[in-house]
Amino acid sequence: MSEELQEGVVKKMMYLNRKAPYGTVYALESLEVVLIGAAFDQDVSLAFVDDGVYQILNGQNTTKDSGIGMKDFSPTYKALGDYDITKLYVEKESLEERGLSADDLMDLVYEDEDDDWAEKPSIILVSREELADVMDEQEVVFSF
Amino acid sequence: MAILHTVNKSPFERNALASCLRLSKAGSAILFIEDGVYAAMSGSRFADDISAAIADRKVYVLGPDMEARGVAGKIIDGITVVDYNGFVDLVAENDSVQAWL
Amino acid sequence: MPTINVKGSDVAVDEEGYLEDLGDWNEDIAAHMADEDDLELTSEHWDIINFLREYYDEYQIAPAVRVLTKAVGKKFGKEKGNSKYLYALFPYGPGKQACRFAGLPKPTGCI
Repeated sequence: MSEELQEGVVKKMMYLNRKAPYGTVYALESLEVVLIGAAFDQDVSLAFVDDGVYQILNGQNTTKDSGIGMKDFSPTYKALGDYDITKLYVEKESLEERGLSADDLMDLVYEDEDDDWAEKPSIILVSREELADVMDEQEVVFSF
Repeated sequence: MAILHTVNKSPFERNALASCLRLSKAGSAILFIEDGVYAAMSGSRFADDISAAIADRKVYVLGPDMEARGVAGKIIDGITVVDYNGFVDLVAENDSVQAWL
Repeated sequence: MPTINVKGSDVAVDEEGYLEDLGDWNEDIAAHMADEDDLELTSEHWDIINFLREYYDEYQIAPAVRVLTKAVGKKFGKEKGNSKYLYALFPYGPGKQACRFAGLPKPTGCI
């Protein structure tokens, strides 16, 4: 780790999320690793593909009242901007085959410190082909 | 014999839904729970398969699992939403439960 | 399970002194924890504690120290948005100590 994460060396890293949020622990684990890893000041992006797009659906509600008694971690995605994680790629085809569109996703934004804290969208809608190109540019891809 | 079939996996992730639809008989009941509730969403790649099943089977979805996942507002016409009590009633009404995992 | 006794009631905490249940929190508990750490809570302390509670309520996580620092600077003024100011208030660390007073879990990634 120390060799790979030398001070000042910035790598392009992507967290690839492909699982629905509550059926397995992958989504929550990924989010926690992302938040911890944010301390290393790397060039981080997230990708939401396949059932991973369900992780950032609007209107999730897993409070105790809702019955399933699990922690609702969907609001935590809204904190990613604070952690300087501002590139969230979402594959269009994955949305479409699930009957979803960008309007069904949470409004995830970041505040640009260099632009008088202007609020900017973090979600970048990409085609399968475009996502393949972005993945190809990465030095490290963490798969969840 | 009346059978209640339950599906708890996303149809995009596993073929549990496909197997359930293939092997459940007319007149039986199908209930989507946990990640299986994504199958109950309108507009998805599987919506036509579900609509075809509704013609001769009774299809249900567990409401709390849909609400948790933020998909309660997009349910295919003809699917009945049940709560936990409804789940228990379905188990009691049927002779056996076949869980498609 | 360890407990602390605050004004006659027992409150469950983990082995590091963080509340087991966020819902148990009240200002007396924060003041009690501070007292145990030989700190007297001033309005500056409360600003941070309340900020942390609001952050948790909104995002369901305790912010990392650098996130807290940046946010405090934005909300309470630049002169407060640095770790020197926050460590002066919370000598055991704004993440660890202030989150404990606020009833939150230890910040994610904080060792």
